[in-house]
Amino acid sequence: MKVTLQHLTKKFPSRDKKDPRDVIAVNDFDFEIPDGKLIGLLGPSGCGKSTVLNMICGLLAPTSGRIFFDEEDVTDLPAEERGVGMVFQNYALYPHMTVLQNIMFPLGNFKGDKKLSKAEMRARAEEVARLVQIDQLLNRKPGEMSGGQQQRVAIARALVKMPRILLMDEPLSNLDARLRLQTREEIRRIQNETGITTIFVTHDQEEAMSISDMIVVMKDGIFQEMGRPQDVYDDPKNLFVAKFLGTPAINVFDAEVRDGMLRIGDEAVLSVPGVPDQPVWAGIRPEGFIPDPEGPFTASLDRVEVMGRDYSIISRHPACEAPVIRSIIDSTIKIDTEAETIRFRLKPRKVHIFSKITEDRLYFDEAAL
Amino acid sequence: MERNGKAWLYLLPALIFLGVFMVYPLVDVFIYSFEEGYNSASGTSFGTGLYNFSYVLHDTYFLQAVKNTFLMVIITVPLSTGLALLISLGLSSIKALKSAFQTIYFLPYVTNTLAVGLVFMILFKKTAYTDGLVNLLIHWFGGKSVDFIDGPYWAKMFVMCFYIIWVVLPFKILLLTSALASVNENYYSAARVDGTSPRRIFFRITLPMISPTVFYLIITGFIGAFKEYSDAVALFGTDLNAAGMNTIVGYVYDMLYGDSGGYPSYAAAAAIILFAIVLTITVINLMVGRKHVTYA
Repeated sequence: MKVTLQHLTKKFPSRDKKDPRDVIAVNDFDFEIPDGKLIGLLGPSGCGKSTVLNMICGLLAPTSGRIFFDEEDVTDLPAEERGVGMVFQNYALYPHMTVLQNIMFPLGNFKGDKKLSKAEMRARAEEVARLVQIDQLLNRKPGEMSGGQQQRVAIARALVKMPRILLMDEPLSNLDARLRLQTREEIRRIQNETGITTIFVTHDQEEAMSISDMIVVMKDGIFQEMGRPQDVYDDPKNLFVAKFLGTPAINVFDAEVRDGMLRIGDEAVLSVPGVPDQPVWAGIRPEGFIPDPEGPFTASLDRVEVMGRDYSIISRHPACEAPVIRSIIDSTIKIDTEAETIRFRLKPRKVHIFSKITEDRLYFDEAAL
Repeated sequence: MERNGKAWLYLLPALIFLGVFMVYPLVDVFIYSFEEGYNSASGTSFGTGLYNFSYVLHDTYFLQAVKNTFLMVIITVPLSTGLALLISLGLSSIKALKSAFQTIYFLPYVTNTLAVGLVFMILFKKTAYTDGLVNLLIHWFGGKSVDFIDGPYWAKMFVMCFYIIWVVLPFKILLLTSALASVNENYYSAARVDGTSPRRIFFRITLPMISPTVFYLIITGFIGAFKEYSDAVALFGTDLNAAGMNTIVGYVYDMLYGDSGGYPSYAAAAAIILFAIVLTITVINLMVGRKHVTYA
């Protein structure tokens, strides 16, 4: 099922007496989520991700704008008629019911000719339990299970009524690091097997990048960018997206464009044809540095961390926003770790420059280099 | 061992008080109840046996008191708990004036029993000058006036139960509203997304979630209602036997200090019988509760 958001906006009345303006949690969201994909809705805490999710599932009514499932306008449909499955951040498993009862609960709400017999309900519950691999635990109570198992039960409960769309609010945030890795693969597998359009909310970019078919990045209620994770990473539209995606984070420098050259400090580090002269933010991905004794960019070397396959070079530069520059270098390249300074050449594709005023990306012609 | 000794030392003050004022009187009452013809002035008795129990169980006043008490328990415990639940559900679903209503519902709890009794008198009592407010209303709708305080048994029992429910409601509402408020909103959201009817949400989610509180209220409600006494005095005066509205605790009091007082053995026997009744009911409650109460 395709999901289309049309100028979707949600305002909450201000709770701050000094500032009576409404809080705009979601501002004019206008995009289409393709059918059958796993979509990560990504942004820092408090940016309105969950609000978007709650509007799609019908728990919150939008202030303005419409929501479509395929061609059907569901904006005014109550949650129960939208046919969505929702996995809550704290799972919201009913503690007094067994796993089986929890999974069967949504089926018990069916009315009229959709009504199922006890045996049919049980059969369907057992089927989804097998899908999420908890069929051994059906008689447990939620309190007797680990976080990862509870998460699977919550997914099973959301899937059992065969929803048109599956929504997950921070599905991994309550799990420890190891379980998180495991569970995100699990979510990927379940989505592949069921083919249900799945939207999940997360503030963890690594999580979103690793399993999503597409990511939607948002900030302060404003849509930033949407696309395949690699595309968004390689081609960020603005400084926020560039900084938000990637570990280690992109290195941002206070820089300037003059005569078609990007200048950091006194050094002209890269030719950027087609960009008018102006002060800019220059973002350089950690993998965009190549050590080169002849390179145009000089930094003072701090230390080198060996990570097996790669080196991580920690260096410093006064124009860098962060205290240190992190760059990742192939370990086959030899580096003098005792040197005071290190010189780099830059990979043009890994350098993004942004307007200081709008923080939007300023594109330059990489092919011309 | 030394640490144990220290622990006992710290516990000693509490243990002494509990021993002197709780355990010793309990044991003493138990002994009294088997001592026939005990005289508190001389401290002597004729002998031991079951005569006290036999006397009490054949005393029409006691049987009336037992009947009254049981009626009050059976009527007020379910009604007050159910009513409190309804009011709490109402309170937790409104937004405007919520705290104002909560205060109003809590007022009876901080009001003195005798003051409430006085108000009930004004509402229900028939005097030479007035029929009372309730009778005025009954007249209004074309009914015949009833003397609720000195009239027929059912009328007196009605006022009594009305009064008890009125007095116990605030505490129950207080506990139930906080129990309802502590149910995580996400459970309701999850149920709503799955299209659960309000009825099913209440019986399958809300009620099980607050079942420990409901259960607590039922148990303490039973115990409290069985120990009913002061409310009856507030309504019908100290001579409850004459009013036919005595309770078991009232009977115990009368046997000790009333006009017919001076019979500690009978009082002890009645107290032991009450204790046995309360114990039995509580055990039954606990057995039922084990099946239906879920502690998350």
